[in-house]
Amino acid sequence: MNNSVRNTARLIGAGLRALLVLTVICGVIYPLAVTGIAQALFNDKANGSEIKDQSGTVVGSSLIGQTYNLPKQAASDSTAGDDPEEAAKPDLRWFQPRPSGGLGTNSVNTQYSLILSGATNRSADNGAVNGQCTKDAEEGTLCAQVVAAKEAVIADNSTPSHTVKPEDVPADAVTSSGSGLDPHISPAYAELQIHRVAEQNKLDVKQVEKLVADHTTGRILGFMGEPRVNVLELNIALKALTNG
Amino acid sequence: MSPVLAGVLQLLALIAALALAYRPLGDYMARVYSSEKHYKPEKWIYKAIGANPTAEMRWPAYLRGVLAFSAVSVLFLYGLQRAQGVLPGSLGFQAIDPDQAFNTAASFVANTNWQSYYGEQAMGHVVQTGGLAVQNFVSAAVGMAVAVALVRGFARSRTGELGNFWADLVRGVFRILLPISVIGAIILVACGAIQNFAGIHEVGQFMGGTQQWNGGAVASQEVIKELGTNGGGYFNANSAHPFENPNPFSNLFEIFLILVIPFSLTRTFGRMVGSLRQGYAILATMAVIWVGFVALMMWTEFAGNGPAFETAGGAMEGKETRFGIGASAIFSVSTTLTSTGAVNSFHSSFTGFGGGIQLLGMQLGEIAPGGVGSGLYGMLIMAIIAVFIAGLMVGRTPEYLGKKIGTREIKLAACYILITPALVLCFTAAAMALPTPVNSMTNAGAHGFSEVLYAYTSGANNNGSAFAGLNADTQWFNSTIGIAMLLGRFLPMVFVLALAGSLAEQKPVPETAGTLRTDKPLYTGLLVGTILIVTGLTYFPALALGPLAEGLAS
Repeated sequence: MNNSVRNTARLIGAGLRALLVLTVICGVIYPLAVTGIAQALFNDKANGSEIKDQSGTVVGSSLIGQTYNLPKQAASDSTAGDDPEEAAKPDLRWFQPRPSGGLGTNSVNTQYSLILSGATNRSADNGAVNGQCTKDAEEGTLCAQVVAAKEAVIADNSTPSHTVKPEDVPADAVTSSGSGLDPHISPAYAELQIHRVAEQNKLDVKQVEKLVADHTTGRILGFMGEPRVNVLELNIALKALTNG
Repeated sequence: MSPVLAGVLQLLALIAALALAYRPLGDYMARVYSSEKHYKPEKWIYKAIGANPTAEMRWPAYLRGVLAFSAVSVLFLYGLQRAQGVLPGSLGFQAIDPDQAFNTAASFVANTNWQSYYGEQAMGHVVQTGGLAVQNFVSAAVGMAVAVALVRGFARSRTGELGNFWADLVRGVFRILLPISVIGAIILVACGAIQNFAGIHEVGQFMGGTQQWNGGAVASQEVIKELGTNGGGYFNANSAHPFENPNPFSNLFEIFLILVIPFSLTRTFGRMVGSLRQGYAILATMAVIWVGFVALMMWTEFAGNGPAFETAGGAMEGKETRFGIGASAIFSVSTTLTSTGAVNSFHSSFTGFGGGIQLLGMQLGEIAPGGVGSGLYGMLIMAIIAVFIAGLMVGRTPEYLGKKIGTREIKLAACYILITPALVLCFTAAAMALPTPVNSMTNAGAHGFSEVLYAYTSGANNNGSAFAGLNADTQWFNSTIGIAMLLGRFLPMVFVLALAGSLAEQKPVPETAGTLRTDKPLYTGLLVGTILIVTGLTYFPALALGPLAEGLAS
């Protein structure tokens, strides 16, 4: 009995020492070494690919999606009071990103308001009635989100000279991404916004078309991933165009 | 180019890359586990551990090593999380609650990486990098060690000796996982993954105001999370987060990392048992299932059935623009057919059938190609069941690799394949029967049931991915999934090592004209059939209530 207790203790001791040694190697030396190399070789990328606008101010990361909304009315409008529930309205001067119906926004934990990533995790039949998504879908469901987003995209992007048809709206314009921080939209969604953006900024449609074309990234080597447009980079270029 | 064609080309590129790595990596790993040489730094480590790396262990001793090391790991990781509030370098995050800390400790030690916490809002540098990432290395090395012990059981005769656990553990980390990780991490940083130890800082935004980021050693953790088939994301969005998986190339590279060791281990196996063709037969079985599942997944996701997707015009919910549907389908199948559980797109928002494919992939026991090590030993167990069934059909005592598959061997193999379904189905039934666990479901009806079934399937099979609609941070789910993960990891290891010991003691049976050839396509077909039938019979009723019901309704 005594012997087996002693053996077990010895074994546990060996396990603990093994864990501590491997923790030093894999949990201290390895990450520090990789950080050193990464900071030396790819300083900009290792620190989040920060991106600056024309004036040199950091305006975010080229990898992290942002919202381009109007300032909330509540603060200035005394009758409305300060309403945290007030829905954000998109600032239609700028290209709009994908919806973010999940977690992917600034969210408050106990201490900070860190960017929190995440998806809606809603299923395809979430909110469907008799196998259909309709306007009557229960609020907050995926069906309700998609139907509302589609209506808004059509309404926002139709200008007097240009009407958006429901079948023109691509899937990424009305669905939330996996991270909720998707920095990209599809070229189709960018093109859909051209007329509106041109009108709002009093620019020529051709100019904005060229801007979108210049900021469209193809598949890597022609087959990896999907063609896409980086919304933040596009908006920075748009701002430069309107200012210049 | 159509998205479907681009998806197929990405799959072909991946297969080509895996084929290129197969021989060199497989042979290298065989040398690592057969070599008699100990490098200087390794000798220092053995000295620190107080272990003699040349001492051969019989299966009970090998198992004691596995269990002692893993038990210490669970306690250490639990303690680290509970102490987070007072540790330096924790970014001011508080201690993790006991039930969640237990769940997370069990999860990372069991190579599962189920996460009921939000990485970016709960875990500081010390816990992430010094605790969780370390388990990503060592739990993977433990899995490989157990697989190698089983292979030695087949390769050796008239001995009960299976090698030395400490040597296998240290070599797996030192000679295989660490070198690939260093190179892989640099490649990921070059793509845009972050790697720093910045604290919480404000970054300006286009429309004014700021966003708050926490930095971290993300690339170095990301690479081992995939390579060790662990899957625990630094951030909540896992490999969908642009800081973890910045572009389409990094995405394919991460899928490659997930698959490269599990597939190449079949070469290691062939080398060590002295017949490369036996390794190819196992490889072919894994590859057929993996490619078949990818094809099915692409078909259902590109079709995009389901009311919300039909309204939206495609199944892009929960998927990133830069990856699109094709690359998301490949990732999701690869992560559920291995024990990885990392996600680049959110599984709960796949089509009904897509969710079913993910579930079935895990329920096969994650053997095609499976987790590092666990995939190989799981597949070898199925190989034994397959020769047993073939033996019943022709009325001969079954043999595999020159070893008789007798009563003891079959009992151990049967225990192995029963343990995870028992855990999955019992816990799912209990959760559905009790009044409160159901409150955690985000979606109603069949999909809600799938969420719970998925959670226990993922836990007991050590996958770690989730139908994340389920709010799993409750005491019930933290505790029961934690238990399922530990039992689902270590009970099968007990049976595998016992089996290895009993095989190693046998004397080899000479091959005769009547011996079933296990290195032929016919046998590969039999093995694929056995895997699908055994899993199908076990899980069909449960699948019918969840994903099948949802898929057929849409």
